[in-house]
Amino acid sequence: MITESNESAVAVRGLTKDFGPVRAVRNVDLAVARGEIFGLVGPDGAGKTTIMRMLAAVLRPDAGEIVVDGVDVVAEAERAKLHLSYMPQRFGLYEDLTIAENIFFYGALFGVPRGERIARSQELLEAAGLLPFRRRLAGQLSGGMKQKLGLICALIHTPRVLLLDEPTTGVDPVSRRDFWAILYNLRESGVTIVLSTAYMDEAERCSRLALLHGGQIRRCDTPQHLKEAMPGALLAIAATHPRDVRDAVSGRPGVLGALLMGDRVHVRVDDAERRIPELRAAIADQGIADAVIAPAEPGIEDVFVALLGEETPHEP
Amino acid sequence: MNIQRLLAMAYKETLQVWRDPRSLAVALLMPLMQMGLLGYGVSLDIKHVPLCVYDQENSQASRSVVDAFTASSWFTISRTIGSEAGIRSAMNHGECAAAIVIPVDFSRTLAATGSAPVQAIFDATDVNTTNIAMGYVQGVVAQINATTDARWDASHGVQPSLVGQVDLEPSVWFNETLESRNFIIPGVVAVILALVGAQLTSLTISREWERGTMEQLISTPVTPLEVMFGKLIPYFAIGLLDAAFCLAVAAFWFRVPFRGSIGILFVTTALFDLVVLGIGYLISVRIRNQLGASQVALLLTMLPTTLLSGYTFPIDQMPAPIRALTLIVYSRYYVTILRAIFLKGSGLADLWTPVLGLVAYAAIIIWLAARAFRKHL
Repeated sequence: MITESNESAVAVRGLTKDFGPVRAVRNVDLAVARGEIFGLVGPDGAGKTTIMRMLAAVLRPDAGEIVVDGVDVVAEAERAKLHLSYMPQRFGLYEDLTIAENIFFYGALFGVPRGERIARSQELLEAAGLLPFRRRLAGQLSGGMKQKLGLICALIHTPRVLLLDEPTTGVDPVSRRDFWAILYNLRESGVTIVLSTAYMDEAERCSRLALLHGGQIRRCDTPQHLKEAMPGALLAIAATHPRDVRDAVSGRPGVLGALLMGDRVHVRVDDAERRIPELRAAIADQGIADAVIAPAEPGIEDVFVALLGEETPHEP
Repeated sequence: MNIQRLLAMAYKETLQVWRDPRSLAVALLMPLMQMGLLGYGVSLDIKHVPLCVYDQENSQASRSVVDAFTASSWFTISRTIGSEAGIRSAMNHGECAAAIVIPVDFSRTLAATGSAPVQAIFDATDVNTTNIAMGYVQGVVAQINATTDARWDASHGVQPSLVGQVDLEPSVWFNETLESRNFIIPGVVAVILALVGAQLTSLTISREWERGTMEQLISTPVTPLEVMFGKLIPYFAIGLLDAAFCLAVAAFWFRVPFRGSIGILFVTTALFDLVVLGIGYLISVRIRNQLGASQVALLLTMLPTTLLSGYTFPIDQMPAPIRALTLIVYSRYYVTILRAIFLKGSGLADLWTPVLGLVAYAAIIIWLAARAFRKHL
């Protein structure tokens, strides 16, 4: 038995899953407190979806324990499903059913009584701004509306734990903002949310993060602590040709890593005071005149890259 | 099993069938098409066999022979030919399946001896037709003999004998008009049910996998039994409706005599419906793409039902190993029952073996289907 099941909404220990020779998830431990928005962050292939599926009891682990809301998910999958809710990465609702029919169907499957289903779907549709479209077929909705519908279907039975696998992939920025507003509201009402994402800006919004790579959790902490714990200092170098700047500084003494971030280069150094003049000289040597160097606050992506050494998961 | 979840599943599935033109076409148009096609197209009766005549004599006696063939509905004289070679060419061109040759001394021989030969030639590429046509020729010749014998006796002053003559009077039961349609059409119902039932259900689970809705579905507390029965309910209803339609067309449109009990017909039809739905569902669980599933369904239902159920080819005449194989062909039980109910009016007392076969089959298939679906990826 896992003892912290009383405090934790989700407790995972030694979780392992292989697909043939591929070790998708290796010995993962997690503890998510009630009311958290917990993020699983990592590049594609890191094992995010596999972990989410095992938490949702739709995939059986090879080894390990999962307790969600006090229920052993491995031994009692069906009982666990009553109080959790899972939104798969791929849109999983019926495109040939309308919004209202989808909600009604999932409400019934989760045992929500008819009257309550009507009231709650009305409320959720209103909050998501989908009420005028409730007779529209799900297949005719935009990406953002589909995600909201998915969320409504996942919330119709007022779950205690919500599992969202890359919920905002392929969703426009405005819809993403709306989506997060709904998530924050849910947290207020005490729902525990575990979500996976490949978007670093989205990761920053989580209360805690697990940085996932190669099926293993490399770090697990609040975004603030993760940034503080990053070794070295971060410099941002803005220039018209950031690629040239990166090539100029890469591999120089004291440079721990260089990462392209749009029109600038994030350079991690051991000692900012000492390296800024050196880098400025090195860049000038390459004939780049417009570079501006300034200390910068690290983002989660910088932390991730620092963590993985020279591996750059999101380089274009 | 939770009723609310079961009904929700059935309702959702009904909506999906209703909105899927392909499924709807299979459910509604297929029976109509098949009934028309099989009802009108499939007939084992051979009528109007095209016949060539080479009358070498062209006398009154020889013409009366030709007239006898013309008068029977079994033959149609397609051509009159003037030479032996003409027969060969007519057969090669497919203008006739049989030919009769009346020799040049026909009436002379007949008058002298009271009997004269007529040659019949058959195109035996289609053995079945040839056998039947040979029977017909003998029938026509027997008629001719009866009349000419009587005439010859009269002209020679012989009194027709009143004693010592054995007459065979065949009496045909159950399909008095000997129409093969009456024999075929009840079986068509089995073919249509097998086709429609298994086709539709073979798509039901594979569709969820293919469209990516399965992962969401299995993350809910719905049980495998609720999924199975919920999904089968609408198809069961469609199957029964299709069967009712076909049976009505058989009885009222094609006028196949119906002599048995509607109750037994209903129960056995429901059993057969369950068997084919269960088979379709099993296939659907195993094969995760719709095209593959529907192909396999066709292979496992249509093929045995048309070939091995006794629907067209009599089981008694199959070689022993094939005959043994038909014991596992569920449709043979239903086809047997359908024919017996329609034509003989048999009751449960006569039909308990095939009914028991169907019951056992339905139980096994549904048991397997209930265990087949697993709620994980």
